[in-house]
Amino acid sequence: MENRTDKNSYTIIFAIVMVLVVGSVLAYAASSLKGKISENQRIEKQQNILYAFGINENDETSANFVAADKVAGEFSKYVTKQLVIQDGNVTEDDQAYLIDVKKEKSNAKDDESKRRLPLFVGDIDGKTMYVVPIYGKGLWDAIWGYVGMDENMVIQGAYFDHKGETPGLGANIKERYFMDDFIGEHLLDESGEFVGITVAKGNADPTNQRKTDNAVDALAGATITGDGVTAMIKSDLRLYAPYFKSLKNN
Amino acid sequence: MGLLSKKDSKLILDPLTDNNPVTIQVLGICSALAITAQLKASIVMAISVIAVLGVGNVVISLMRNIIPSKIRIIVQLVVVAALVIIVDQVLKAYSYELSKTLSVFVGLIITNCIIMGRFEAFALANGPWKSFLDGIGNAAGYGLILVIVGFFRELLGSGTLLGFKVLGDPIEKTGLYAIGYENNGFMLLSPMALIVLGIIIWIQRSRNKALIED
Repeated sequence: MENRTDKNSYTIIFAIVMVLVVGSVLAYAASSLKGKISENQRIEKQQNILYAFGINENDETSANFVAADKVAGEFSKYVTKQLVIQDGNVTEDDQAYLIDVKKEKSNAKDDESKRRLPLFVGDIDGKTMYVVPIYGKGLWDAIWGYVGMDENMVIQGAYFDHKGETPGLGANIKERYFMDDFIGEHLLDESGEFVGITVAKGNADPTNQRKTDNAVDALAGATITGDGVTAMIKSDLRLYAPYFKSLKNN
Repeated sequence: MGLLSKKDSKLILDPLTDNNPVTIQVLGICSALAITAQLKASIVMAISVIAVLGVGNVVISLMRNIIPSKIRIIVQLVVVAALVIIVDQVLKAYSYELSKTLSVFVGLIITNCIIMGRFEAFALANGPWKSFLDGIGNAAGYGLILVIVGFFRELLGSGTLLGFKVLGDPIEKTGLYAIGYENNGFMLLSPMALIVLGIIIWIQRSRNKALIED
């Protein structure tokens, strides 16, 4: 005896109904939650930028952001200017923190002059600091970060994050002991040329005493993620080197 | 147990021991290797799978008489994927921090063979309440193994548990490190998860000879 559910017509109708039901449920969930999600992402961007400025609620070992309800106030207090560099021209834009670095990167592929480079200038305890976003590829998926520097391109704060690096290995780029290693590192060599920072294995400086060697100690078992960090620092921060040069000349 | 009949409690307890999905049925090995380098990741994954498998089993069980047998695998996949996406979206909106911790697991939950295995082997043939218990039990059995493997890998590989330095500081040379102990970096790599898992299987089978197949 043939079962009702074995008929081809039933199967097709079932499939259509299922797709419609699941599709509309997911679409409804996505659209009704969209506002809240993008608000969360906006807050997170501000928290990341503040973190690179050194404004955070870190305790002994773990990295903690400024609380979500305070972030807007802190952001406007410390970040004095938001700049956009496009094709060598610097303009001010108070929405610069919303620029999607990934999108700008793909724009730059057709035409380098289309790329908008956001730069955040802040005043921390009387010292002027500059924070820029960076974006690159890890082992599995995207990695990104924010790097805070002084006018000599010496790193003052760094925040890294990732989409799907391996927990316990590559995912540790967002741990304090990795990010804090960057503080004080020089991005320029002695002659003032941009060289970046290499995440290096066996660089004979595991406790990171030498700050001018343009290298920090790598994470065990996370070679490709570390190489990704090196690559995004070198490729993205290099774009800002002309701006910092022009700061000196003025 | 007052709340559950003997048969029902067997549904929950069996997968924890003599019918464990990982060590006996050898399902879900892939994620057990991938995410057990840290205890915290193991726990988060265990809880996520318990939630998804518990609910998913009930949904499949409720639909079991109307699912066309020709496309049942596709239907099962759609149910898991939809559940996981909805949970992910809700977390992103209301618990952003947690959703960031979970991000890497979302894809892994969908592809976890234990989930498809339980849908296929149990929920399609049993009522919702039984399916729910079976789902919780199997996911807990899976989670138990994950936590054990994660415990040893984090302890021996990084010298920490849930991020706390339980063995002392390897750079400052305190605690065990003062007398020359070193972390075994190899424990952090996936092959060691398989070896730890092998040891668990060995212990389990040597204690219960009935589990040994010819």
